[in-house]
Amino acid sequence: MSNLLHVSSSPHVRSQSSTTTIMADVVIALIPATAWGVYRNGWHAFWLVMACILTSVATEYVYQKLMKKPVTIHDLSAMVTGILLALNLPQTFPIWMAVVGSVFAVLVVKQVFGGIGQNFMNPALAARCFLLISFGSQMTSYAVDTVSGATPLALIKNGASDASVQTILAGDKLALKDLFLGNIGGCIGEVSTLMILIGAAYLLIRKVISWKTPVMYLLTFTIFMGLFAGRGFDMTYLAAELCTGGIMLGAFFMATDYTTSPITPNGKLLYGVVLGLVTGIFRIWSGSAEGVSYAIIFCNLLVPLIEKVTVPTAFGKGRVKNVSK
Amino acid sequence: MRRATFKGGVRPYNGKDITKDQAIQVIMPTGDLVYPLSQHIGAPSTPVVAVGDQVLVGQVIAEASSAVSANICCSVSGKVKAIEKRLTNNGNMIESIVVENDGEYKTIDGLGEKRDYTKLSKEEIRTIVKEAGIVGLGGAGFPTSLKITPADDNSIEYVIVNGAECEPYLTTDYRLMLEETEKLIGGLKIVLSLFPNAKGIIAIEDNKAEAIEVLKKATESEANIEVKVLKSKYPQGGERTLIYATTGRKINSTMLPADVGCIVNNVFTLVSIYDAVCESTPLIRRVITVTGDCVANPGNFSVRTGMNCDEIIEAAGGFTEQPEKIISGGPMMGVSLVSTNVPVTKISSALVAFKKDIVAEVETSNCIHCAKCVSACPSGLVPAMLNQAVKRNDMERFEALNGLECTECGSCSYVCPAKIQLTQAFKGAKKRVMDAKKKEK
Repeated sequence: MSNLLHVSSSPHVRSQSSTTTIMADVVIALIPATAWGVYRNGWHAFWLVMACILTSVATEYVYQKLMKKPVTIHDLSAMVTGILLALNLPQTFPIWMAVVGSVFAVLVVKQVFGGIGQNFMNPALAARCFLLISFGSQMTSYAVDTVSGATPLALIKNGASDASVQTILAGDKLALKDLFLGNIGGCIGEVSTLMILIGAAYLLIRKVISWKTPVMYLLTFTIFMGLFAGRGFDMTYLAAELCTGGIMLGAFFMATDYTTSPITPNGKLLYGVVLGLVTGIFRIWSGSAEGVSYAIIFCNLLVPLIEKVTVPTAFGKGRVKNVSK
Repeated sequence: MRRATFKGGVRPYNGKDITKDQAIQVIMPTGDLVYPLSQHIGAPSTPVVAVGDQVLVGQVIAEASSAVSANICCSVSGKVKAIEKRLTNNGNMIESIVVENDGEYKTIDGLGEKRDYTKLSKEEIRTIVKEAGIVGLGGAGFPTSLKITPADDNSIEYVIVNGAECEPYLTTDYRLMLEETEKLIGGLKIVLSLFPNAKGIIAIEDNKAEAIEVLKKATESEANIEVKVLKSKYPQGGERTLIYATTGRKINSTMLPADVGCIVNNVFTLVSIYDAVCESTPLIRRVITVTGDCVANPGNFSVRTGMNCDEIIEAAGGFTEQPEKIISGGPMMGVSLVSTNVPVTKISSALVAFKKDIVAEVETSNCIHCAKCVSACPSGLVPAMLNQAVKRNDMERFEALNGLECTECGSCSYVCPAKIQLTQAFKGAKKRVMDAKKKEK
């Protein structure tokens, strides 16, 4: 045989999945929520999404070119960051501010720490918080059917504590079903719980994300709110808390972000519990009605600690020899 | 029936359809036969023949040199041509006995003579297995005589037949289960006769429905033998995962199956035990699958040990296209060949040829912490963390994270979307840690 053979260490086969296919799955899973946001809010929302995607990808490309690093935009992770950031913006948000946010997300939060897999905070959420601090009023002005108003979450929080949730919502001509379907004010991608769940189901079926963090997150949060929010286990109230604000998008698309969540199986569970507690604290006692973004980026910082205490026991370890006799 | 399994693992394309319906064909060697002195776990064997000696089929030409070692038997008759270093399948030059085949296949006295194992003592059976040079033929090559000689015969509760054959593309065990069913069951009964408290379990993955059916039928009247159906998942046939799936018991790297009352033997090993004990034929053949995407006539072949791989490939019709990679063994744990001009050893289960080398084509990127490796690891490790430790050259951390429990099954490298060479990193690190430990002693 004249031709030389390839020699390498086993295994000699590789699965089809790659970073690109995983990110493509996330993009697909975000389509329902994005489409709903654009349908509800019109062209401006569409341009916001486009602006965030283009800026994120362009920022990554330019930075890597300038730094003479391999360009990795084909892995689609910058695109995911762009979409997630856009979904976290109110539909009236100025385009140029969204561009600033996207540059911040990709450049400051992701690339300067070494690019994909190296950032310690979720880029989209860190950018959202950056925008909240920088452009507070624009970030919190929500308009529904071009009439601006408070989000249901704020309505409930600021409503009289003796009034039932149904009454408060009814005052704004809303019912629980509107919260679930997304006929409410809020960020572009956060409003429709249904659309987010469709995307989440896709990710779970494709095994892109694990159920562990989102389930523990939502469960802990619900119990915490039931215990401490002052309304007891009022199902309508708890359902309203779950269907409004960023918690659904956060639980399934942000808290499951690979790089900034624990890698260990028990770590994923623990991370969900901590997230639920922190989000609950923020929602009940902080000045703003919302707390998911801050809760997640705060918990991102705890990930190394969580991983440290949740290293799994190896197979067959801790067993005594000769157990049979 | 609930299928037994384990936690973790992967499901690579299994490629078994290519050869699973090809009956085992016997092919005879034409050229010289080469017997590397090291084709098992343990010390290399010591040659007991000299250059120029006439040798016969079945004759011991190299003897076990220490407690952990094995005999090597000649598979043809002819003249010892040389004892020199020859290239073997792992790319190393290993001291080997080269025999010129006279094509007459003159045998030693009594080869092929029928024996009734029930009339033999335990001691005699163990001696026969040792003399026959039988080692674990699934790929590990651990001397079988040692495996079937635990400290206490009474402590063994299960003799497990490893018919999982979880490595993609391999079909030799499957064919043997179908074609040499009686020998397999005979071999199992011989081993069971050594252990008064043992029960036989034949463990087969559910993708081998025909084999399950055949063996269930053949063991109907055997009260002491059970066929267990396993979920088809790699590495179901790994010793630790197999014991767990069939008995629920767990062992780690510092333990032997016998520590939890189990003895695990591969299908071909048991068939060979039967050959040695009941037909007075030592280990002189190897059943091997020749397959891949560029072999003209892929199939299963029964060849003589020591036969040149080129001759076997020729018997399979050669290549339809120049392969980029040829693997000795399965694609998950096998070794890639430098050249096909190497001998078949006792543990050569397959030759798998690929037109394209996937590993060379994929590009490695940053770890994205997706935890796919964590879900895939059958040993419950966190490969991504281990890799970090290896990168930092922190062997203490590697050990603390139980890196030595890695079985090198390849599942983590297989699933990694960033295509990081995890298994390779761990093989290196394990070796360094073990070498350092040896030095300390």
